[in-house]
Amino acid sequence: MAELAPWAYLVTAVTFVLGLKGLTSPKTAVLGNRIAAGGMLLAVLVTFLVQGTANLALILAGIALGTVAGLWGARSVKMTAMPQMVALFNGAGGGSAALVSTLEYVRELGHDPSAGLVVAIILGLVIGAVSFSGSLIAFGKLQGIVTPRAFAYTGQNIVTGALALAMLALAGLLVAATLGVRTADPLLLFIALTVVALVFGVALVMPIGGADMPVVISLLNAYTGLAVAAAGFSLNNQLLIVAGTLVGASGTILTRLMSKAMNRSLTNVLFGAFGAAPAAGAEGTRADDGRTVRSTTPEDVAALLAYARAVVIVPGYGLAVAQAQHSVRELADVLEGKGVDVKYAIHPVAGRMPGHMNVLLAEANVPYEQLVDMEDINPEFPRADVALVIGANDVTNPAARSNPGSPIYGMPILDVDKALNVIVIKRSMKPGFAGIDNDLYLDPKTQMLFGDAKDAVTKLTAEVKKV
Amino acid sequence: MSPELVLGAYIFILAVFVGFEVIAKVPSTLHTPLMSGANAVHGIIVIGAMAVAANAVGGTLGQVIAFFGVVLGTINVVGGFAVTDRMLQMFQGRRPGPPAK
Repeated sequence: MAELAPWAYLVTAVTFVLGLKGLTSPKTAVLGNRIAAGGMLLAVLVTFLVQGTANLALILAGIALGTVAGLWGARSVKMTAMPQMVALFNGAGGGSAALVSTLEYVRELGHDPSAGLVVAIILGLVIGAVSFSGSLIAFGKLQGIVTPRAFAYTGQNIVTGALALAMLALAGLLVAATLGVRTADPLLLFIALTVVALVFGVALVMPIGGADMPVVISLLNAYTGLAVAAAGFSLNNQLLIVAGTLVGASGTILTRLMSKAMNRSLTNVLFGAFGAAPAAGAEGTRADDGRTVRSTTPEDVAALLAYARAVVIVPGYGLAVAQAQHSVRELADVLEGKGVDVKYAIHPVAGRMPGHMNVLLAEANVPYEQLVDMEDINPEFPRADVALVIGANDVTNPAARSNPGSPIYGMPILDVDKALNVIVIKRSMKPGFAGIDNDLYLDPKTQMLFGDAKDAVTKLTAEVKKV
Repeated sequence: MSPELVLGAYIFILAVFVGFEVIAKVPSTLHTPLMSGANAVHGIIVIGAMAVAANAVGGTLGQVIAFFGVVLGTINVVGGFAVTDRMLQMFQGRRPGPPAK
C-alpha cells in the first residue's frame, strides 16, 4: 500500500495545477477550487495509510482542532473581512512550515546532516517564520488591531537590513556547524534564528500602509509556498516541492499583477512606507485655500439624480462595510425606471482587495454590463451628470493626478471630478485608508451627503420615488 | 549532491515554469479568489506535519510542536478552501431578474 503513495501524491500534484488553472477563469473557478480540495483530501488520506498508527491520536486531534477552527473562520468571516482571513490562513501555513522545519532539524541533529539538508531546513524555517509573523501583522492592520497607517521611523531600512544580515550570519554559523566548525550550540543558534526571523516579519510589514496590504498578503502567500517547497526538500517529499513551488511562482506573478493594478512597484510597496503621515511634499494639501466642504440633503440629491441623463455610481469600501449593495441596486433600478442611464465605475483596487466591488455587486445581482472598468469609464465621466461616490475615497482623489508630493501620486484613479456634479456619501470627513485628505471634497462641484452608506442610499431611493 | 536533491531541483525548476504559465492571464475580479485558492494549496504542508508528528522527536516539547504543526497546517487547508469557495459562490448562480419587491 505504502508504495502506491507516491503515485497518489502525483495525482494530487496534477489536481493542484488543474485547480489553479481553473481559478483563473470565472467559469471554471468554483470547480478548480474543488478539484484542488479533492486532491488535498486524497493526499491527507494516503498519508494516514503510510504513517500507520504512529502517534495517531495526536495527529487526529490536531486535524480535528484545525478543521473546526478553519471552518469556523471561513464561515463566520464577513465579506469585508475576507482579506485578513486569507492573511490569517496564510500565516497558519507559514507557521506550520516553520514548526515542521524545527522538528526536522531536531531529528537530523543526531544524524550528522549534510549541508544541503541544513540549508533546506533553514529556508523552510526562516521563510515560514517571516510569513507567519508578517501575516499576523497584516491581519492586525486590516482588522484595526495594529495601526493601519504605515508605521514609518527613521532608519527603518537600516533596521530591516540589519535583521536580514543577522539571519544570514546565523544561517552561516548553522551550516558551518554541520561542516565541522562549531561556534556555538547549534540548537541555540537555531532558536536565535527563529526569533530573528519572526522579528524580521514584523519589521517587514509594519512600515507598510493598510492600502497596500492586499499586495503584501499576496507576497507573503508566495513566501509560504516557498517555505513549503523548502520543507519538501528537507523531508524529501516531492508533492510538497511541487505544491509549494507552484504557489511560490504563481503567487509572485499575482503579486506583480496586483501591484501593477495599483501602479506601484513592488520595491515601492516594500520600502516606500506608503501612507505614512503626510510627507514633506504633501504639505499644504491640508490648507483648503478658503474652499469649504458643502453638505447636502437626500431631497436635493434625489432631485439631481432623478433629472439626470447619466449617473455613474462609484462604489468603495464604505459600501462594503455598510453592506449597502442591495440598497444601491434598488436605487439604480428606480433611477433606470425614470430613464436615467446608470453605470458603476469599478476601480481595480476599490475596497480592500482586487475584485471586491465586483463580488459585492454580483451578490446584489447587478447586471455585469453595468460594471465598467476604470479605463472604459474614465472617458465617460465628462458626459455624466452626476457621479455618485458611495464610500470610495482614495481611488477618487485627484491629488494622484495633480500633486507630485502626494503619496498616491501616479496611482490610476477614477476621474470623478470631471463629472458635472459630484455627490459623495460618506460617514465623516475622516481620511481614507491611505491616510491622506481628498481634494475632491473641496471641489466646488462636490456636495457631501454625510451618513452611513446604507441609510443614505435607502433615504435617497425613497426621495427619488417621490420626485 | 544526493540524487534526491538533484531530483528535487528538477521538480522545483519545472514547477516554477508551470506556476508562471498558469497565472498568465487573470481578470482582476479573480485576483483575490486566486490568491486565496493558492493559499489553500500550500496547506499541503499538513502532510509534512503529519509525517514529523509520526516520527515524534524531542520529547514532550516535540509532541507539542508537532501538534501545533498539524493544527496550523489543517487550518490553512480547510479554512483556505472553504473561504475560497465562499468567495466564488458570489459569482455563481446569478439568477436573472431581481426578487419581487
